[in-house]
Amino acid sequence: MAAVQSATERSLNKVAIAAVLIITLIFLAPIYWIVSTSFKPRNLATTVPPTVLFEPDMSPFVKLMFRRSQLREQPTPEQYASAPWWERLVYDGGEKIVRDGRGNIQLSAYPDRFMNSLIVAITSTVLAVGMGTITAYGFSRFKVKWEQDWLFFILSTRMLPPVVVAIPMFLMYRAVGLNDTHIGLIILYTAFNLSFSVWLMKGFIDEIPKEYEEAALVDGYTRIEGFFKVVLPEAATGIAATAVFCFITAWNEYAFALIMTRRDAQTAPPFIPSQVGSGLPDWTVIAAGTFLFLLPVAIFTFLLRKHLLRGMSFGAIRK
Amino acid sequence: MTTLDPQSRAARRGMSDLAIRNLFIIPTILFLMIFNIFPLLYSLGYSFTDFRASTNAPANFVGLANYRVLLNDPFIWSNFAITAKYVIVSVVGQVVVGFGIALLLNRDMPLKGLITTLLLLPMMLSMAVVGLFWKLLYDPSFGIINYTLGLGRFEWLSNPDMALYAVAITDIWMWSPFVMLLSLAGLSAVPKHLYEAAAIDRAGAFYTFFRITLPLVAPILMIAIIFRTMEAFKTFDLAYILTSQPTTEMISIRLYKMAFQEWQTGMSCALAYIVLITVIAITNIYVKYLNKVKER
Repeated sequence: MAAVQSATERSLNKVAIAAVLIITLIFLAPIYWIVSTSFKPRNLATTVPPTVLFEPDMSPFVKLMFRRSQLREQPTPEQYASAPWWERLVYDGGEKIVRDGRGNIQLSAYPDRFMNSLIVAITSTVLAVGMGTITAYGFSRFKVKWEQDWLFFILSTRMLPPVVVAIPMFLMYRAVGLNDTHIGLIILYTAFNLSFSVWLMKGFIDEIPKEYEEAALVDGYTRIEGFFKVVLPEAATGIAATAVFCFITAWNEYAFALIMTRRDAQTAPPFIPSQVGSGLPDWTVIAAGTFLFLLPVAIFTFLLRKHLLRGMSFGAIRK
Repeated sequence: MTTLDPQSRAARRGMSDLAIRNLFIIPTILFLMIFNIFPLLYSLGYSFTDFRASTNAPANFVGLANYRVLLNDPFIWSNFAITAKYVIVSVVGQVVVGFGIALLLNRDMPLKGLITTLLLLPMMLSMAVVGLFWKLLYDPSFGIINYTLGLGRFEWLSNPDMALYAVAITDIWMWSPFVMLLSLAGLSAVPKHLYEAAAIDRAGAFYTFFRITLPLVAPILMIAIIFRTMEAFKTFDLAYILTSQPTTEMISIRLYKMAFQEWQTGMSCALAYIVLITVIAITNIYVKYLNKVKER
């Protein structure tokens, strides 16, 4: 603040910095606990007192990926010796990997659900950002009657509670056979993200001076060429940021996925909690699934850090 | 707003501006109408019937009966009351924690960028998936929360009096960063010379905070509060996953159960409309504030 700091101000500063560090540790503790649990052998996941230091173990990730069943009888020493390291980890936990009649290893449901999440999130992001960008350009560059009202209408669709929209959508999807399909979920997520993408992209395109395009028009480009060759490259950063936001929203979405999908198109968010059924859940496997699921978002958050404010405020606060 | 001159010589070649504008805007509007507005009209129709999606029985028109039943149902009112309590606890918590951290962070410090990003991480994660893991953290016998706080075998989620607060605490953990993010933007916009003037006048810390900091950050803080109120009102994921206590049955959960577990489709459509009207009211306030801040 002021160039000259008094002694009290300086010590106050130190206290504040110490407080921030402690708060950061508290905020990260749950995330640390997820990550550390995903590297624990099962018997260390639920100990009293909680286990903080341990030898990391890959067995939760192996167990996450394969179908398993309880071991009825111990594997013979030859079986154990000939098994690859990851299968031995499963044996060590008192379980075996399920094989079909031909001896092929069976995957668990998790890889499928993860793929569903990828398919639905990526496709809906491409659609929402594609449509959102051109619509934002339309609103940014041309005179539109009742522009503010249309923009409000577009934003308002984003504010609808998912369960409210899901009831009629469920009935309509049931009538046309779109329940539990990728397409059904993609449509819903596209609609949900479209309004966000229009608002955010409009902010980014508003910032590109229209003189750039006018110069292109004078050079003999058509308006469409100007859009693709001048505006889009200028808006690339904004498009990337918008895409990442849309991806994260679709990736994390729970309520629609819970209601509209059962099996074939089920994404990871409704699947992961469904593993905690009755009895004692294996928290190490749940943690491993959670960790893999959170990883892309954590990476994206770091890449996005300069745009978080803008994205979270629908482009209203730009700084 | 920037608008190109549609009469310009060059713009007349190729597609007309009007055609481009329509091509760019109309599909989006249509898409949103078909997949957001049309379903709502569809469910408005059903809200006047006794339709049950689990049977093949035809829907009978019952007029306003569903609405009358719902508004006279004390359980629905208690669902709303629970929601209101949750909104207040969780939003107040987020504002206190989020704004507090922002005040602490609003100074020169090493690794500030990294720390800010780390603090923002919770709000980017999936509520359903991370919320689930809080079940383990809250576990009375081996959860780290009881262990760290030395609470013994304190019941969080299975205690009817505590469950709502437990859900709110998780929500505060996830969304305080959002309030912090917006508050930081507000704080960094406060002109430094105001503080210098206050220092010259030997104004106390309290005076400086209440007369300079707070009034200038208030508009952005208000946006954060309204937005979080709206989201907390809609809360479904977190509470649904963490507990099944009747004391945490917020209106979205009631709506979900009515529609997809009890299959009272017509009735749930009516309840959906009551919820929708509430949300639209809050959204209106939100957008007004958003535009206000945008104009500055």
